[in-house]
Amino acid sequence: MKDANPEFEAECIRRILGGEKDLFHELIRPCERGIYFLLLSLLKNETEAEDAAQETVIKVYLNLKNFRGDSQFRTWVLSIARNEGLGRLRRQTNRREDSLEAETDDQNGDFTPAILTSWREIPTEALEKKELAAIVRAGIESLPEIYRNIIFLRDIEEMDIRETAVALGISEGAVKVRLHRARAMLQRRLAPQLKGFAPKRKGWFGGRA
Amino acid sequence: MRIDCKHVWQYISAYIDGDVDAALRADIDKHLETCEICSAVLDSTRNVVILVADDRVFELPAGFSERLHSRIDRELESAESP
Repeated sequence: MKDANPEFEAECIRRILGGEKDLFHELIRPCERGIYFLLLSLLKNETEAEDAAQETVIKVYLNLKNFRGDSQFRTWVLSIARNEGLGRLRRQTNRREDSLEAETDDQNGDFTPAILTSWREIPTEALEKKELAAIVRAGIESLPEIYRNIIFLRDIEEMDIRETAVALGISEGAVKVRLHRARAMLQRRLAPQLKGFAPKRKGWFGGRA
Repeated sequence: MRIDCKHVWQYISAYIDGDVDAALRADIDKHLETCEICSAVLDSTRNVVILVADDRVFELPAGFSERLHSRIDRELESAESP
């Protein structure tokens, strides 16, 4: 997981509760991206996600004394963000939380990979090209919600399987199944488009066989 | 044990995460040595996972952090200690 540092967090929380309130800025900084993008994946609206992110952070501050340390701080923060997002969705649509979570792990959808006979590695430097980042983003955004959320937590925020399961309120087995399908769907959608970004001369990857 | 391509695809994600046991890993590795298609599927999936994790794919809106921390400042001034 990115930037997680339990000792720093525990020390920070102790001092904030002891009155050094300004330290809260440093405590929450590593979680900002995670909070925003989790909310964006739920709410699909930048303005709404930013507003919900601010509300989440204030709730984290006001509830800091309730953090028990039995999960990682970031997991706790993201579960508050998720509740904030789900609460807003319910108010927007009067949908019950059950129905938001009702997309099931059934076998609908094609999880077979895109077949490539060769593959050139896409260097991450290619992300300097806005176009490539936009293609990857669009691929993630086009996933059904349960798969988008899993990619977000596991592959973007780099939470481990257990923490992802806690944050989403599902079993570790379900995390693995959804992650597998989500990655397969992404590979299927993205690999054919990404081939065009491979370097022309070197970096053959598929030819190692 | 000889395994087929579909069997390998089923474990691609777990393989990337190092979440397959030694025997299965050995079977998959053996298959990959001779199967260009599965090698390309594995490499492209792994590459997609790496690209997705890059901070440049999802950038925060301009000014997000500044607005968030001003809001925190206002809250710290008005609220009691948590």
